[in-house]
Amino acid sequence: MSTPTRATLPRQPFWSRRMRRTLLKVLTYLALVTGSLLFLFPLYWQVSTSLKTAQDTVRFPPVWFPVPLQWGNYPELLHRFPFALYMRNSVFISALVILGTLLSSSLAAYGFARLRMPGRDIIFMVLLSTLMLPGAVLLIPQFVMFQSLHWVNTYNPLIVPAFFGNPFSIFLMRQFFMGVPHDLEDAARIDGAGYLRTYGQIVLPLARPALLAVAIYTFLSTWNDFLGPLIYLSDEQKYTVAVALRYLQGSVRTRPENHLLMAAATLSIIPCVLVFFFAQRQFIQGTVISGVKG
Amino acid sequence: MIAYGGRWGGLPHLPPPPPAAGRQGCAWPVATPSGRLLELEEASVQLDRALKPAGPRANAHRFRLSLQRREAIACALFIAPAVLGFLVFSLFPLLTSAALSLTDYHLAGWPRYVGLANYATLFGDDLWWQAVRVTGIYALCVVPLWLINSLALALLMNQNLRGMNVFRTIYYLPAMLSGVAVSMLWIWLLSYRYGLINTSLRLVGVQGPNWVGDKRWALFSIILMSQWSVGWYLPTWLGALQNIPTELYEAASIDGGGWWARIRYITLPMLSAVIFYNLIMNIIWATQLFTEVFMVTGGGPQFSTLSYMLYLYNNAFGYSKMGVASAMSWLLFLAVLLLTIAVFRSSPAWVYYEAERRRA
Repeated sequence: MSTPTRATLPRQPFWSRRMRRTLLKVLTYLALVTGSLLFLFPLYWQVSTSLKTAQDTVRFPPVWFPVPLQWGNYPELLHRFPFALYMRNSVFISALVILGTLLSSSLAAYGFARLRMPGRDIIFMVLLSTLMLPGAVLLIPQFVMFQSLHWVNTYNPLIVPAFFGNPFSIFLMRQFFMGVPHDLEDAARIDGAGYLRTYGQIVLPLARPALLAVAIYTFLSTWNDFLGPLIYLSDEQKYTVAVALRYLQGSVRTRPENHLLMAAATLSIIPCVLVFFFAQRQFIQGTVISGVKG
Repeated sequence: MIAYGGRWGGLPHLPPPPPAAGRQGCAWPVATPSGRLLELEEASVQLDRALKPAGPRANAHRFRLSLQRREAIACALFIAPAVLGFLVFSLFPLLTSAALSLTDYHLAGWPRYVGLANYATLFGDDLWWQAVRVTGIYALCVVPLWLINSLALALLMNQNLRGMNVFRTIYYLPAMLSGVAVSMLWIWLLSYRYGLINTSLRLVGVQGPNWVGDKRWALFSIILMSQWSVGWYLPTWLGALQNIPTELYEAASIDGGGWWARIRYITLPMLSAVIFYNLIMNIIWATQLFTEVFMVTGGGPQFSTLSYMLYLYNNAFGYSKMGVASAMSWLLFLAVLLLTIAVFRSSPAWVYYEAERRRA
């Protein structure tokens, strides 16, 4: 539009611009809503299948909403498979892995962020480079190592390494520690607190958001870990939820009982969903912290 | 912390501080004109000696290290568990697997040295080549899809509109869920006769393919599945997008740049460091494809979804050929390393580091 027109019709560009903006807004919402439906529908289908009768799951046209809801599927699942036990195993492993990761990684992160030592940054880079190591490379030798320690079919291979630092968590917390002002620590040191006390009483309480983010990240990756429990646990009693699901899928495959399978899948993701909603803000912020900065 | 010798760890159960009289004067760096901590320390040591000439013999054994050295020791102790973990759980296995890859080893008995025979076997193994092909195709499709889709989503969400948090949650949620549960769900969704996708298609009169049972569709189905967790990258993108100064966009709109020009000349260059990071991580992840194929197709039909990791797993834990599996893992490691180096090498051409530019 040329300038003279705009001068004679002052309202027109205003309107067209506003309309364009509204149109853009409407299109954005439309795209996002369509996408959300596509993203959510599988989950809806999982939950609704878990509340159907066996006949309803294979009916055509599909039963979009089961009436009445078959809540009884869940007790039946728990009755037929020791799913509660698997949940307990997963909780136990996750809790210890979180504890170990928080302890060892925050210690190391504090060392890397604050305490000076010759060669420190090189060590950090080497440690960080393991992030780029494909897990597959370590799978076999770790298995051989744990087998020679007679750790196969115990939880040790899944838990013990967590107490020796995790590069991603170290990186995340180091980023956080570097952003904390030095003043409080200096004050603590002047008052006579040693390094360990400064770390434990001053720095850790400040780092709660980072610790929480690491805890959530660790929980999700431990709870969802499949390959580890798959190769290390052979006793059915020791299965974690992820391995148990696979075992369920295998045992039910001969007789399609998809409503029970979906009930099991739904139970298995409830902790993740709860954790996610409970600490969503923290987690998203935490992940942003870890977003690459140099 | 300055004057109390030997307290580098600051352990709470260590002996109480010595008499205050000698301390007060020198515990405050502010009070000294020189302000150098090292001198303070030495002064305090001398003060200690002067105050307690006939002190207990333990006194003589007390650490008298320079502050720098004490800090270095503290640092070493703080990072010791992580370094130990790196040595025991990463470096040692890495080296062991290189050694194992040169042996014939079946978990029972002792590894037998066979030279490069395992590598030779792999290069002559059609299934190995199939696994390489499947993983290559998967990576070539999935990496650009992940990057483009997640970035497009993030750009849509980065407009200051109401309700974006809800969308963020919705798109992020599937990425939180375990591979096994997600695989079970998709087995059900993709089921040929009763799956939601094919019954929906039948409702509109289309007969859908046998998604996971047809070798022409199986890998496509796995790729489709992988896009459900595209929200994983949203936080990183959104964080980076919000760090782009708005002045740049204002300048562009004054210069008459349209939306594409803004994306092409402002958003993409400003995001290039994050794109770089995500690209490398995506490549590594794509080579790790395991759970989905293990659960959904088991590598079939006719090995059309035999991913590299699945074949490695089968070799190691199916046929317990640990030597061959180690050779496979080393070849994968080298491939990933080369790809990463290639991406790093190409980065000066397209990655823009604002901080570097400003310093220069």
